[in-house]
Amino acid sequence: MNPTWSRFNITSIVLGFAFLYLPIVLLVVFSFNESKLVTVWGGFSTKWYVSLFHNQGLMDATWVTARVAVISATVATVLGTLAALTLTRYTRFKGRMLFSGMVFAPLVMPEVITGLSLLLLFVAVGLDRGFLTVTLAHITLTMCFVAVVVQSRLITFDRSLEEAAMDLGAPPVKTFFQITLPVIMPAIVSGWMLAFTLSLDDLVIASFTSGPGATTLPMKIYSQVRLGVTPEINAACTILIAVVTVGVIIASLANKRREVQRQRDEQAAQRG
Amino acid sequence: MSNAAVTAATSSRAADAGKSALARLGEAVVGRLVIIIPYLWLVFFFLIPFVIVFKISLSQTAIAIPPYAPVLGFGDGLSGFFAQLKQLSIDNYTWLTQDALYINAYVTSVVVAAISTVLTLLVGYPIAYGMARAPAMLRPTLLMLVILPFWTSFLIRVYAWIGILKPEGLLNQLLLATGVISQPLIILNTYTAIFIGIVYSYLPFMVLPLYSALEKMDYSLIEAAKDLGCPPTSAFWKITFPLSLPGVIAGCLLVFIPAVGEFVIPDLLGGSQTLMIGKTLWNEFFANRDWPVSSAVAVILLLLLIVPIMLFQRAQARAQEQDK
Repeated sequence: MNPTWSRFNITSIVLGFAFLYLPIVLLVVFSFNESKLVTVWGGFSTKWYVSLFHNQGLMDATWVTARVAVISATVATVLGTLAALTLTRYTRFKGRMLFSGMVFAPLVMPEVITGLSLLLLFVAVGLDRGFLTVTLAHITLTMCFVAVVVQSRLITFDRSLEEAAMDLGAPPVKTFFQITLPVIMPAIVSGWMLAFTLSLDDLVIASFTSGPGATTLPMKIYSQVRLGVTPEINAACTILIAVVTVGVIIASLANKRREVQRQRDEQAAQRG
Repeated sequence: MSNAAVTAATSSRAADAGKSALARLGEAVVGRLVIIIPYLWLVFFFLIPFVIVFKISLSQTAIAIPPYAPVLGFGDGLSGFFAQLKQLSIDNYTWLTQDALYINAYVTSVVVAAISTVLTLLVGYPIAYGMARAPAMLRPTLLMLVILPFWTSFLIRVYAWIGILKPEGLLNQLLLATGVISQPLIILNTYTAIFIGIVYSYLPFMVLPLYSALEKMDYSLIEAAKDLGCPPTSAFWKITFPLSLPGVIAGCLLVFIPAVGEFVIPDLLGGSQTLMIGKTLWNEFFANRDWPVSSAVAVILLLLLIVPIMLFQRAQARAQEQDK
């Protein structure tokens, strides 16, 4: 065993992870509760999942949320990657300070401010609130997170690879697509996933910017939670958790395999 | 300019020499677009909205759709613009200073966020420290385990605590059954519940920067201190803690700034008895439909946070420089 890993270290990690995971585990467990009382165990049952699928309002909200999340995450990934390139590659241009400020500020900006300001913009330009406005709002928020994720990969990127390609006559745009993009792809993929889950998750900004007919799942869950804790909501949350967990695990496994493959390639290249 | 940039510039100049002027022009345009597209997007969707918030915070409430009297349009030409300039009022701001509710909400929010930040640091530091000293093989898994809850919905994680903290909830059931207490504790709908909610939800934001600062640390320094007879506690305060300071600062800002304007946690866990500015803004907007006052609330909140936000940005820029 590692001599520097003391009993204190292990205890704090175990307690910390128990604190992080226990509430989620309890929520999942009680979604399978027969009793309508969320905190009293009345036997195993999946009936809340069945009733969930018959809840038309919830199903509609899920569909809206999924579409908003896919569209906004995709656009945000493109914009965020461009922003990351700007931040790392163009170190001096007019208004760079302003630009990096606009990328970093939304990360910590209280959501009520972002939501209100975007809503007032949409009203000012006469855009009806609905699906489009929620999507635009989510793009703006999540592109900054994508930019940070991609930027951290671009900083450690070995630019001699690009230089080699360009010395061999590849134009910059082609160099980007054939050399840079494949290398930073894992960061772009995790950026997309982060954007997707942030959009899936957002209550405050969506409440401000959405209109009739574009109620998202968090808005629906929130309005029901305010009326009290129900096993049906526990079931809906469990499904969301399962989807996200499976997605994250698949992505990290794929990432790991790519990494192993890359190391093997490098070794082969060194031998050859 | 850094060395890498110089090499890059020279080599791209060498590559440029053999190309036609047209191809070079095309690339220059592409290079510009890389900057211009995200730049314009953020100016339009992030910067301009703040200008509009400021503008509307100076307007009068009106019973209309949208519910405020229009100000500062160029619809009536320049003279109309100046006529409207006179209509601008700071009434909404005077209103905020006269009503003790708003001042209380601001002060409480800052205090609650500050206490929560300290608590998150106290909970997060031992975890990050333990992770940084874990066997190298285990570290990626531990890191993944800290990040994973962050991927599950914020709303769901806050909601999960309602079932635990309420009077007939799981925590009280456990404590009553084990005989620790004889009366159920009232935690839900108090500030304690808000502290628990913030510490829980923002813990990964604190642990991650702390971990990355602690992981980089050279532990032979601690051993050297020990060999020279320095007790572990003072070695921690003299070596470990100062070296982890960038992580402490980044983590605290990442928790403090959003916590001041937090809405979901005070609303779901704090109930109607607790007062925080994010909730006040929400109610002004959704319940009272008073857009000008909620804009004024937002402007003041932003002014309160502008210094921490700039500190955060400086810390980010410095971390980026170090990574290079």
